Amino acid sequence: MSEKKSLFEKLASGQIWTSIFRGGGVPRSRRQRMMVVLNSVFLHLHPVRLPKHAVKLKFTWCMGGLSFFIFLILTISGILLMFYYRPTIEYAYTDMMDLTEQVPFGIMREIHRWGAHAMVITVWLHMFRVFMTGSYKPPREFNWAIGVILLVLTLLLSFTGYLLPWDQLAIWAIAVGSNMAGATPFLGAEGPGSALLAIGDINFITKVSDARFGLIGGRFLGEATLLRFYVLHCIGLPFIIMIFMAVHFWRIRKDGGISTPV
Amino acid sequence: MESFKSVINYISNPTILVTAVLLIFPFIFPPTEWFYKINKRLRLDKLWTGKGLLVMTVVTISFFIFGLGDYNFKSIVLKPDNVPISGLILLLIFFTWLSMSQAYKNDALVEKGKSVDEYYDAPNDKVLVWPDLVYVELISLILFSAFMLIWSIGLPAPLEQPANPAESPNPAKAPWYFLGLQEMLVYFDPWYAGVVLPTFIIVGLMAIPYIDSDPNGSGYYSYKDRKLSVSIYLFGWLILWNVLIVIGTFLRGPNWGFFGPFEYWDSHRLEALTNVNLSEFVYVKWLEIGLPQSILLREAPGLILVFIFIGVLPVLLAKTILKKYYEDLGPSRYSIFVVLMIFGALLPLKMYLRWLFNLKYLISIPEYFFNF
Repeated sequence: MSEKKSLFEKLASGQIWTSIFRGGGVPRSRRQRMMVVLNSVFLHLHPVRLPKHAVKLKFTWCMGGLSFFIFLILTISGILLMFYYRPTIEYAYTDMMDLTEQVPFGIMREIHRWGAHAMVITVWLHMFRVFMTGSYKPPREFNWAIGVILLVLTLLLSFTGYLLPWDQLAIWAIAVGSNMAGATPFLGAEGPGSALLAIGDINFITKVSDARFGLIGGRFLGEATLLRFYVLHCIGLPFIIMIFMAVHFWRIRKDGGISTPV
Repeated sequence: MESFKSVINYISNPTILVTAVLLIFPFIFPPTEWFYKINKRLRLDKLWTGKGLLVMTVVTISFFIFGLGDYNFKSIVLKPDNVPISGLILLLIFFTWLSMSQAYKNDALVEKGKSVDEYYDAPNDKVLVWPDLVYVELISLILFSAFMLIWSIGLPAPLEQPANPAESPNPAKAPWYFLGLQEMLVYFDPWYAGVVLPTFIIVGLMAIPYIDSDPNGSGYYSYKDRKLSVSIYLFGWLILWNVLIVIGTFLRGPNWGFFGPFEYWDSHRLEALTNVNLSEFVYVKWLEIGLPQSILLREAPGLILVFIFIGVLPVLLAKTILKKYYEDLGPSRYSIFVVLMIFGALLPLKMYLRWLFNLKYLISIPEYFFNF
């Protein structure tokens, strides 16, 4: 070891650096490298050491990590879009036009939309990988079930976001989807069994009280639907998915990290 | 060229496409020992070699390049929201290959008595997260961000005319990831295709680890020892989910009619509606006595058939060909497994009943919105 320190090493052992990164210094020894992970709130999602195959892309495909990364991209680009978007029938479409026409080189909407498509695909492929390596087997059964919930939430997030541009593509895609809710058994006005939920001639499940009405906030797609989907898309579903994500990541660690051959 | 296009248009008809896929599937992803032997004998495992990947990719990409020369193909494939699906097709080929090639490699290793590729000698074979994993993650994030930027600059997000509730487009399509379910609307009513079936899919996926309770085969790619479960999963995922999405996106035009990939979406094309309910088959066509007044009597044939299918068939299977599974799984696991399988099998079954007999519903009680 030479006595002469590089500029980076000087910086890394200074007061500011060591106050920000616990431990400080340039991690060179095995112990220091382990401490880097243990001392960082972000890195300590990871274990300190991994089996060799866990860092190989051909094994992991990196799809779970990418799904989380895209979720972060979508959160950031979504927050930026919220500054410019008003969820009312009067303004929604024109705000979209503004974003398209008035922002030079503006790609935030593209990042958000294509990111959403990409996340659906990466979540599917992550599930595919987990199945093919048998990683759902004990003790990871419950984490697989949480993963299924995360998949459903991803699709719901994408679905609620689909309405927000308030163009023809949006409302008719949501119309196809929300009409399904009207056919829910027992709870949809056009679903089987809904007529049974009645006292005498008074039906409980009608067009103004069924599952579809609850989903779109009215008999037809309109102002209430847009606000409802906006709130679900920006606050409600992200809140729920973050809770499940936290459990998902925590369970990965608790269930013994990435799956390995016995 | 034109004749090639018309051949493709013809064979991409769901009747032919789905039949072909159903016939080929068990040989490529064998569910049982018998199919597995044939798979080996026909050397179909060659698909999972480097050459196999090359052939599959080149064929798919050249089909797309060839297709883009056609106006009708181009106008649908290049619709901005459809672009991810073309990407998905290529990704599916690659990742199916990636998992299957490693699975077959591991199977060969196990056969020779060696340990699988992923085997590690704990704790000597462990690596540190910093730097071994962190830099892989960093590079993936940078590459993916670059990819997202290029995609976003190159392809503007779609924005159509302002929403107009009075003017519905033809066809009106759900977002692409739900088009497999929308395709099911052809064969089932919304309460089933849109509500009950998705619930079955979610519950069925969650049930996988509890049904396939064999603890072996975790943590490495393998096929031979997990034939049935992998085959069933791939059937649901590749065929019932993704092939139906591709059909729903690329091959369904105005009035949800079928159009080949090189066919013009003619919204004035007429489709004959000649579908008949099972009750009408029985009472009108065969017995020639007309439909009875009583709903229960009228729908008796369908009700009995469905009861046999869901109530009697699992018991029969448990006593005959699935005896081994019944003994392994026990009554509760077995019944959940078989009922889920039966509902899965109902999809292709109903498709064939429609194509062969124009059957509309097995049970049709419009009085209570119950059509099945």
